[in-house]
Amino acid sequence: MKKRIDHMNYLPDMDKIKSDIKDKVIYAMNEYNADKYTENDVLAALEHSSKTVKDFAALLSPAALPYLEKIAQQAQYETKKHFGNSVNMFTPLYISNYCDNYCVYCGFNCRNKIHRAKLNAEEIEKEMQAIAQTGLQEVLILTGESKKMSGVKYIGEACKIARNYFKVVGLEVYPMNIDDYRYIHECGADYVTVFQETYDFEKYETLHLAGHKRIFPYRLETQERALIAGMRGVGFAALLGLADFRKDAFATGMHAYLIQRKYPHAEIAFSCPRLRPIINNDKINPKDVRETQLLQVICAYRLFMPFASITISTRECARFRDNIVNIAATKISAGVDVGIGGHGNGEKKGDEQFEISDGRTVEQIYSTLCQNGLQPVMSDYIYV
Amino acid sequence: MDNDKLIIGRHEFSSRFILGSGKYSLDLIDAAVKNARAEIITLALRRAATGNTANILDYIPKDVTLLPNTSGARNADEAVRIARLAREIGCGDFVKIEIIRDTKYLFPDNYETIKACEILANEGFVVMPYMYPDLNVARSLRDAGASAVMPLGAPIGSNKGLATREFIKILIDEIDLPIIVDAGIGKPSQACEAMEMGADAIMANTAIATAGNIPQMAEAFRKAIEAGRQAYLSGLGRIIENGASASSPLTGFLEN
Repeated sequence: MKKRIDHMNYLPDMDKIKSDIKDKVIYAMNEYNADKYTENDVLAALEHSSKTVKDFAALLSPAALPYLEKIAQQAQYETKKHFGNSVNMFTPLYISNYCDNYCVYCGFNCRNKIHRAKLNAEEIEKEMQAIAQTGLQEVLILTGESKKMSGVKYIGEACKIARNYFKVVGLEVYPMNIDDYRYIHECGADYVTVFQETYDFEKYETLHLAGHKRIFPYRLETQERALIAGMRGVGFAALLGLADFRKDAFATGMHAYLIQRKYPHAEIAFSCPRLRPIINNDKINPKDVRETQLLQVICAYRLFMPFASITISTRECARFRDNIVNIAATKISAGVDVGIGGHGNGEKKGDEQFEISDGRTVEQIYSTLCQNGLQPVMSDYIYV
Repeated sequence: MDNDKLIIGRHEFSSRFILGSGKYSLDLIDAAVKNARAEIITLALRRAATGNTANILDYIPKDVTLLPNTSGARNADEAVRIARLAREIGCGDFVKIEIIRDTKYLFPDNYETIKACEILANEGFVVMPYMYPDLNVARSLRDAGASAVMPLGAPIGSNKGLATREFIKILIDEIDLPIIVDAGIGKPSQACEAMEMGADAIMANTAIATAGNIPQMAEAFRKAIEAGRQAYLSGLGRIIENGASASSPLTGFLEN
């Protein structure tokens, strides 16, 4: 068998920062045993007006499931307190799907024979024009993870174009070094999201077989590098279902919690993607993340960090999304196309990363939010 | 009561209820303003969207005074830039300074707030700083040219009421500027309590925006604020104000 590179060792071109957050997150995750929490721990957690780490752990545990209704009600109360009726809208824009990583679960992985493509500046502008015409003012720029094919400069140019059309520009691209983030920030992006996928580093090693992404600690320190470089906000996520989702959700929350304590000005955001289980059979895989568990995780994030932004993915169906924005999520994508070049009038150039479950347009989501008594917000941001 | 005006800068207001606009469904803002009889409404400039979708500015009645805030600013420089931008786009000369670099509690940064206050007051803005109730800071804000001070009652959105009661009371006693309690007021009774104590006005947002019946809650707040003001003006009975007092004089034994 081919010898793979050590996933815990930084490559020579990777920034190494001085921080103990990574070790603290891993330690907390390893210590977390969801099964040891009892009904009493859950009830105590519900009693506390501000949730402790232990409360968060209890709310994520199986013991909390019978109290999901109560938890959801509390989550809704907290969401209303902090966000009122507002729900932010945005759309992702994939500008390239070249990828050097070999992640066994991902449609973009370098071994998959899909149509690869990358938009040039003119095409990016066309896509952005088309998106801006729908009324959106926030765009999330995405690429596959290939520094070779979509370099820092290329992404920076895309951000500069985006600033002409949008008030909020976020990034979901490969993890970068501090100087790169500084440059990208100057180009107009202020938010960086990187999914850790799983915090279980042993499992991580078996899923990310090649490419920069294989290096686990470098990825885990991405948010901190972005904040050091001056970014305003950072996003966190585990792809729930890759490993033990409760441990992963706990680690995600702890990661965000520790970052916020160290960088109190940082705007914190969660995404809650899950691997859609193929067979929901408790005997085969008791750790499947179904809608119930997903709701539990999202509510636990909300109660633990009531001020955080929570994004709900188009991986979920319209019914789930419409309901969750009334409970705990505060951000919803619309008019989503996860391929390359699908927004403008031109032909789609590259294939999709995953299958979406909610293909509604901006207009449709906008009016559904209004019908449900929520206020769609296109931008809650001022560029200063 | 008819001549009881709230004076901020050189502007006079009959209403002592400042309404936030950030957490509503836009089509309810109008009803909230009307029922609150509010004359000042805050507006986060970062929300004042330009473009083809719903713009909050279109939903705010034209006859109220806009109080743009600098939310989104993390330091004095950013607040100053946002305030200037607000003036440029026609939001008037009022500005509520909000400088926050704590995403968890959203506490105002008093030090940066004083710096921004000085710059903006010099540029002719009617400056109303949101602040953590600290007497020294309130004095500095006054000296820097603030037209009012807006101490927090409790963390934003917490609905905890007058958690900082004693400190706000000191500001009321010591600072000759309108003291407007901002943040944390969750119920009309809490607004009433602050007004009874001598606060000059109340600013509320979450409590109304998230109420079951928004226009009705706006009205309830208005009435509570008016009641509290009236009680304050009429002078609270000494028992309420100063605690228990003996019914027969303690000094009657003195031989004069």
